[in-house]
Amino acid sequence: MLTLDCPYCGVAAEETELHGGGEAHLKRFGPASSDEDFEGYLFMRENPKGVNFERWRHVNGCGKWFHAARCTMTLEVFGTYSAQTTEPPKALLAKIKKKRPQWPGYGAEK
Amino acid sequence: MSTRLPNAGRLLNRSKAVEFTFNGKRLKGFEGDTLGAALLANDQMMVGRSFKYHRPRGIIASGAEEPNALVNMGQDGRFEPNQRVTTTELFDGLTATSQNHWPSLEFDVGVANNYVARFLPAGFYYKTFMAPRAAWKHVFEPIIRQSAGLGKAPKDRDADRYEHFYAYVDVMVIGGGIAGLQAAKAAGDSGAKVLLVEQTRHWGGRAPVDGAKIDGKPADEWITETLAALAAMDNVSVRTRTMGSGVYDHGYVLAYEQVADHTPGDGRPRHRLWRVRAKQIVTATGAIERPLSFAGNDIPGVMLAGAVRDYAINWGVSVGDRSVVVTNNDDAYRTAITLKEAGLDIPVIIDARAEANGDLPNQARALGIRIETGKAIAKVKGGKRVTGVAICQQAGEGAVLEEIACDSVAMSGGWSPVVHLWSHCGGKLIWDTEQAHFRPDADRSPTGADGAAFVVPAGIANGAMGTADVLVDADKAGKAAAKAAGFTAKRTAAPKAVQVDEAALSPVWIMPQGAGPKARMKMWLDYQNDVKVSDVQLAAREGYESVEHTKRYTTLGMATDQGKLSNINGLAILADSLNADIPQVGTTTFRPPYTPISMGAIAGEARGEIFQPLRKTPIHGWHEKNGVYWEPVGHWRRPYCFQRSGESVEQAVHREVKNTRENLGLLDASTLGKLVVTGPDAGRFLDMMYTNMMSNLKVGKCRYGLMCSENGFLSDDGVVARIDEDTWLCHTTSGGADRIHAWMEEWLQTEWWDWKVYVANLTEQFAQIAVVGPNARKVLEKLGGMDVSKEALAFMEWNEGKIGGFDARVYRISFSGELSYEISVPASQGRAFWDALHEVGAEFGAMAYGTEALHIMRAEKGFIMIGDETDGTIIPQDLGLNWALSKKKEDYLGKRAQQRSHMTDPNRWKLVGLETLDGSVLPDGAYAIAPGNNDNAQRNMVGRVTSTYHSPTLNRGIAMGLVLHGPDRMGEVIEFGKTDQTMVKAKIVDPVFYDKDGEKQNV
Repeated sequence: MLTLDCPYCGVAAEETELHGGGEAHLKRFGPASSDEDFEGYLFMRENPKGVNFERWRHVNGCGKWFHAARCTMTLEVFGTYSAQTTEPPKALLAKIKKKRPQWPGYGAEK
Repeated sequence: MSTRLPNAGRLLNRSKAVEFTFNGKRLKGFEGDTLGAALLANDQMMVGRSFKYHRPRGIIASGAEEPNALVNMGQDGRFEPNQRVTTTELFDGLTATSQNHWPSLEFDVGVANNYVARFLPAGFYYKTFMAPRAAWKHVFEPIIRQSAGLGKAPKDRDADRYEHFYAYVDVMVIGGGIAGLQAAKAAGDSGAKVLLVEQTRHWGGRAPVDGAKIDGKPADEWITETLAALAAMDNVSVRTRTMGSGVYDHGYVLAYEQVADHTPGDGRPRHRLWRVRAKQIVTATGAIERPLSFAGNDIPGVMLAGAVRDYAINWGVSVGDRSVVVTNNDDAYRTAITLKEAGLDIPVIIDARAEANGDLPNQARALGIRIETGKAIAKVKGGKRVTGVAICQQAGEGAVLEEIACDSVAMSGGWSPVVHLWSHCGGKLIWDTEQAHFRPDADRSPTGADGAAFVVPAGIANGAMGTADVLVDADKAGKAAAKAAGFTAKRTAAPKAVQVDEAALSPVWIMPQGAGPKARMKMWLDYQNDVKVSDVQLAAREGYESVEHTKRYTTLGMATDQGKLSNINGLAILADSLNADIPQVGTTTFRPPYTPISMGAIAGEARGEIFQPLRKTPIHGWHEKNGVYWEPVGHWRRPYCFQRSGESVEQAVHREVKNTRENLGLLDASTLGKLVVTGPDAGRFLDMMYTNMMSNLKVGKCRYGLMCSENGFLSDDGVVARIDEDTWLCHTTSGGADRIHAWMEEWLQTEWWDWKVYVANLTEQFAQIAVVGPNARKVLEKLGGMDVSKEALAFMEWNEGKIGGFDARVYRISFSGELSYEISVPASQGRAFWDALHEVGAEFGAMAYGTEALHIMRAEKGFIMIGDETDGTIIPQDLGLNWALSKKKEDYLGKRAQQRSHMTDPNRWKLVGLETLDGSVLPDGAYAIAPGNNDNAQRNMVGRVTSTYHSPTLNRGIAMGLVLHGPDRMGEVIEFGKTDQTMVKAKIVDPVFYDKDGEKQNV
């Protein structure tokens, strides 16, 4: 059972307080989009063994959404950050890269 | 025979006798006994039958690893199957019965399986039951169901209560042997908050049994002193009867405390589940002795050597007068020495190794015990009890050299560290060739949120085998854990112990080495699941190379003991059969719980009324007093109808519909979701949320709206009212309020975070009452206040003011087709307003109605219901709701998905009304059948019923359904299948059955 630090209320929240929201930083495609773009937005998800960027909601807490960068294999949490961004903070990416030199970098798998 | 020794038993209170029953027999034991010890003291060697072959089985171990001795404990509300006698504390009045036999333990019919065992090898089920298909249903399944499972499932409601307990510590130490005690002490000395748990009732583990001396004192004394030292530390808590059950992500530990198993009915919770967060976890979980694989190693009287020693020293029980010891290591000599010193006969120690010249063998020799090295047991003699052993060369094929009479066999195949808790969260193992066991690989430990190791193994659990090594290792582990948790360990020395030098063991996986097929079929690996050496070898021959596959194929290591005894022996046999090294084959995955924990403990307090909170409307109390028949809706209870004396539910519903249509109905609609959406961008936001346009709704007006998911599927509906320039009030379905609130928040927080919008869920702040029927206006006018005339408050308008002195917001909306006002008042005024409506409305025929009348009236009007007409795969277009899909808007949630080819397919089933030709009510969910079969050899289907009722208004069955090309087939008759295999014909009609032009609501 994970614990993640909620970046809004500062609580180290247990997984029972949290609700997972799947892959982070999806770009929404609306009515004018191509079938391929829309399919990617609606259905296609990354499932890496390693560094992953996720959405979480502190549902049984402050109610706020936030992002987490986490290793799906070791469960190491690299950091949590605001939901109001379209990409991970640079400092966090640098931190991950330092810890995981082999990691190809954000968006490199796509 | 097994019996009680005089003046022995370090854990017994001989002054307190305890009575208990086993299979109805009254027996006596002492306080401090386990049920297992007491049974043995009463010469009850045989305690059960095996799972598959129903072979007689006796107690083999003295702790959690016991595979055989599982019993039904207690009676009625305290009945529980599969309880291990070796971990069950004896108490006065305990009742236990043996399992897995019929008609009795002594005489069992199922034992016939034993004689056909040759035809029941590994994978027997998979091979036999493939064909013919019919035989499965009529022959095999009934037989397997008869014999499946271990104990019986309890029938009565659990009489006990359970609770959860939360703890947050720096260091949790699991295991209260000398390693655990020392680790806790070392960690505690640093000031860290420490929790130490021990699964049994006693501290110190095996050290006192093995005669360890620590700091020059007997182990018992050192244990008492260390416990006193721990008790003196405010930062250390200790618990016995508490098993570390599982280690999970980020330092989460579940521990299982058996609070009152030994004092049933004393009012305390029976079990307590500890939910612990620990920065560091020390696993001082000890080791488990391995059996040896020789023919007949499952006959009652064959036991683990360590267990035989435990019973003698801890509980003063001799399991036999003449015990043969068979071993591949020095440790088992301790058992021989113990028994000999207790005055019992040890005819021979059979040692598979070529020589035995260590301290312990020499001590045994000095006592005059005969030692046979390089030998093995060819066969154990006996049926329900050991009568003797046949000896042979270990290196040979089993030619019998000699037969020796005995009534028990103490075996030892070496010790395996208990690595379960280390492994639960990803700790890896290393194969120790010298000790022939797996132990934790310190370089590959489970890692926590910070990426650092959070589990530290200690003592024997870490492969430190001698007392001195154990204490040094545990001291180191305790200090390392404290340091990793952010504390500074004190510079103290580990306690010193005398280490008895033990010679290396010799790995022995089969005894004798060249045993033939017949012998291998009688060598048990997994006692609980009746898996033998021959089964694992067969699996290997059939191509099962993965240990996980072999486990499932043979059932090796399954069920309640999860292979605690069989694991290493089984995979050694597999490795040998595959010509592979043991570490190459690896272990199966260790999963929590370590030993089974009760369902009650998992549920904790969450049962009965507090399983989940019940939400009550302000009018709930009135319903309770007025014949309510409840229906659960989300966490709410809503009145389905109100029964009057002598009335059936159906009659009540029909009365309520009729009265509402003819006079005046009152509905408690307080459960409807009420979300206030406000802010400069609220209109723009609602245009995205709803398929309709909401931004152009005029203040004072209402509009029915639909919400879809990004998949395009219809998710919720309700009436939206514009309150002021920046504010809308969105009604949701009763069950949907929280979900839709969360849905809105998600989009606002994660996609359109720059839009200035707030959402508040005011569902419980207001009571809402629907005043419905031809007399609706009359009652409101009589109450007085707001002008509710057609001119002042037209259909789909709302107004705010006073009604009968109540602060009211009145919406002229209708879900029934009648003249209808939905009136919301502050929750605190809800009950009074409801009472006033009844009082003033009496002369107009006011009568409460429930959800079923509501459903019937909406179905008569052809209104859809979320959850009936929708099921997560239905788009608004399927329901003929195209009018509610804005064409002016560029975008709304779900719009893009509704353009996908599958969504625009003209063959999607569409909503229609259905009228049976005979007037009967269509079965809910019934499918319309068409000629021919589909690819799965099922009848083709062209539609299904989504809502179906008897309409009291029309006095006939009415239904809605989704039908292929339905709207184009008005008047056609299609057939629906019923569960009694007959068919019923129904005509496709318009879904609006009543007042098609809406004249009644628009007055």
